[in-house]
Amino acid sequence: MAELQLRDVRKSFGTFEVIKGIDMEVKAGEFMVFVGPSGCGKSTLLRLIAGLEEITSGILTFDGQVVNHLVPSKRGIAMVFQSYALYPHMTVFENMSFGMRLAGADNKECKRRVRAAAELLQLTPYLERLPRQLSGGQRQRVAIGRAIVRDPKVFLFDEPLSNLDASLRVATRIEIAKLHRSMQGTTIIYVTHDQVEAMTLADRICVLRDGVVEQIGTPLELYERPNSVFVAGFIGSPKMNVLSGSFAQPYKAHTIGIRAENLQIVDQGGWAGSVVHSEMLGSDSYIYVDVGVGEPVIVRENGTSRHQPGEVVQISPDHSHVHRFDAAGRSIGRAEMSGAHHELQIIAKL
Amino acid sequence: MANVVAADTPAALACSSYINSDLKAQRVRSAWIFLAPTLLILALVAAWPLGRTIYFSFTNASLNNLAEAQFIGAENYFSWITLKSGRTVYGGLLADPAWWNAVWNTLKFTLISVSSSTILGMGVALVLNSQFLGRGLVRAAVLVPWALPGVVSAKMWAWMFNDQFGLINDFLLHLGLTSHKIAWLANPDTIMPVILVIDVWRTTPFMALLVLAALQTVPHDIYESAKIDGVHSIKVFWRLTIPLIRPALTVAVIFRTLDALRIFDLVYVLTPSNAETVTMSVLTRQYLFDFDKFAYGCAASTVLFIILAGITVLYMWLGRVNLEGGER
Amino acid sequence: MFVSAARRSAFYALVVVIIVASIFPLYYAVVTSFKSGSALFRVDYWPTEASLANYRAIFSGGNFGRNLGNSVLVASSVVGLSLLLALTAAYALGRVRFRGRSLLLLTILSVSMFPQIAVLAGLFELIRWAGVYNTPFALVLSYMIFTLPFTVWVLTAFMRDLPIEIEEAAIVDGASPWVIITRVFMPLMWPALVTTSLLAFIGAWNEFVFALTFTSADEQRTVPVAIALLSGAAEREIPWGSITAASVIVTIPLVALVLIFQRRIISGLTAGGVKG
Repeated sequence: MAELQLRDVRKSFGTFEVIKGIDMEVKAGEFMVFVGPSGCGKSTLLRLIAGLEEITSGILTFDGQVVNHLVPSKRGIAMVFQSYALYPHMTVFENMSFGMRLAGADNKECKRRVRAAAELLQLTPYLERLPRQLSGGQRQRVAIGRAIVRDPKVFLFDEPLSNLDASLRVATRIEIAKLHRSMQGTTIIYVTHDQVEAMTLADRICVLRDGVVEQIGTPLELYERPNSVFVAGFIGSPKMNVLSGSFAQPYKAHTIGIRAENLQIVDQGGWAGSVVHSEMLGSDSYIYVDVGVGEPVIVRENGTSRHQPGEVVQISPDHSHVHRFDAAGRSIGRAEMSGAHHELQIIAKL
Repeated sequence: MANVVAADTPAALACSSYINSDLKAQRVRSAWIFLAPTLLILALVAAWPLGRTIYFSFTNASLNNLAEAQFIGAENYFSWITLKSGRTVYGGLLADPAWWNAVWNTLKFTLISVSSSTILGMGVALVLNSQFLGRGLVRAAVLVPWALPGVVSAKMWAWMFNDQFGLINDFLLHLGLTSHKIAWLANPDTIMPVILVIDVWRTTPFMALLVLAALQTVPHDIYESAKIDGVHSIKVFWRLTIPLIRPALTVAVIFRTLDALRIFDLVYVLTPSNAETVTMSVLTRQYLFDFDKFAYGCAASTVLFIILAGITVLYMWLGRVNLEGGER
Repeated sequence: MFVSAARRSAFYALVVVIIVASIFPLYYAVVTSFKSGSALFRVDYWPTEASLANYRAIFSGGNFGRNLGNSVLVASSVVGLSLLLALTAAYALGRVRFRGRSLLLLTILSVSMFPQIAVLAGLFELIRWAGVYNTPFALVLSYMIFTLPFTVWVLTAFMRDLPIEIEEAAIVDGASPWVIITRVFMPLMWPALVTTSLLAFIGAWNEFVFALTFTSADEQRTVPVAIALLSGAAEREIPWGSITAASVIVTIPLVALVLIFQRRIISGLTAGGVKG
């Protein structure tokens, strides 16, 4: 395992700057997820760490050693590609042992390591098959196995689940989480655009946008204390409700955000609106309410909802969970941290 | 292997912008090493000989005496002497009627051969473009003329065109189209058509296949939509098909033209010293090796090269856009 | 697609015409080669006999067998050398970004448009100077002028299309460019390798100008030149029997290659054309 440090790392393609000065640390043994909308630079950042792209300026260190100038195979990394990138003409065994054979390892050691990895990933019956004889999920596991065999200091995953169908994605996600636990503390850097993957797998998440870091923190930190409207809207599903104008004023903020589970449909008091749509997912329901700001507000309810489209309802927010943002979209703390909360409680009692 | 530089020293930060990944440098270095043998060989068998040929064209070199060639300027190309009688006699390649005759022959030949093989090739391509039983066999059959050595094609056809025992004369006589046996290869009026027939026969496959490939990239729905609109098939051909295959057709025509301008084997094998058919390449070779006019032949080679290079450059310049488009 | 039976039969008639026009000269040569004696001087559209006299004639006393061997040797060597050189060049030109890359590719391709005559004089001097005149090596070397550019062009196009992730995975695995070419890419490129081998083989087998100029002794010649120079016992007699027999032998491998590898050959021919 290794600790990574990035100091003012920048990357330009020609005159176009993609990574605009990133400072961050990845702790040894940590599962770090880079997440962000497409074009934010998360894959580029991963490739800079891997050594597949050249760092324009800035320093990248592994365990204190500057690695900018090292070729990928000398950095002690292993990478799992989005499209698996298996060698089509080699068997699973040959795919997984290729790197070792190139480094001149002897046969016995090769076999031992490959078999160990295959055991871990339940690939043992497939060792003599060709990639085209495997399913997508199996191929992905071979790609992971190939990375494991390299016994790297840092594992890099580049959107490994996007090519899998939904149910397989969930299953493989669990496998990756189990892998992290069983490979006692290998440092993992994982890139995804799916914030559910980020939330479920990460020790810490790094949200990127337009080549800069928006926020780094544990999933819970990002969920409960997003430091910008962007992060607030990016993390959590369904998206956090963001309101401004007359809705935000009582909270002494330019914009407020409130999650669907912190809203309630009440008989009176609160915001008025009409139901436009409801989604019933069995255990929860999400009610979309038009309160006159264009985008409907999403309210979560337990079980099956009784509300029909067109129905006029009142929505009441849980004041302690209202996120407040200034005009620039930066967080200015939750309502409970300002006196506004106290005032509202008084108003509510009247 | 790795520089153990403490990351927070000013030195490290200062030189961070100069620390490039070894990967890119390694790859570029490898690329040039990989290209070197190819470039070397091509320089050896193409660039150097061409240079020598051009050099010799400005000397009085002869085959037996290459080392003692002396520089004589552009005399091989063009020279003039004023005789005592006041008359100016022009010499050199550009004033040589034999050369211009060869140029003219070559141009005539190229024009007729390329246009014929293009038209026939298009016809064959249209036939091959349809689905029918045995299409694969027909395609293989069509490839045969292309695959044969020029010499063999020449001999096979020469045998059929033989005046005494040839099949063609027999066939024509039986059909009553001619009244006597024609000496195809000996008669100056018929020899060029014979060579043209052979050349068209062996180059039509190439044209046909290129046009076929282009035809197969035309989406079927266009034809179906035209059919629904009730457009007559000839109009479909002219207004839809031709414009869509024009780029590939142009490429094919240019390749064929360059090949036709260089024609050697057919002419050499069938009519080694016949003024009606001698082409630039054949004449040049005669100057070089048969008539002991080596330097003169080099001048002819150079002129031929310039002609072809000119056409090539023109094509490359016009088609530059295409090549850049597919770059990685 | 066919409107009427008349149209359909006209179409098939056209197909027959195409087949006959393509194959007939070869067919007639085969028929002729199996004739002997005075039958040669009679026009027969259908085979009348199956005598091997002509075939025996060209192989006995003479160098034809040796010439065939020369052709095989030269063509195979040309294929091997071209592939080796072009594979590495194609990797450089197709997968590594460097300045002047497209210009280099264009230059290499333009070499194939040289008229052979233009380099004949210079090559002649070079070959004599190197002492390889009248040897197969002279031909193998000089044939590079037209096989290399084409092979580089086709292999570069093919290499360009191989997925980048496989190469990156190999880089992460620690593969050097040479390893990537030989152990990762080459197994994936076999269609292109077969195609270029075929075209290079056929080109080298059929070549005439250089073969004529760079060999002087009969036993060093290749088959196209040998056939061109076949002369009869008597002064002005042309040995059509021998000529047709020799031609048939020479074309057998070619026709076989065409029949078996038809698709590969066609895709190779059109690779340069359609893609521009």
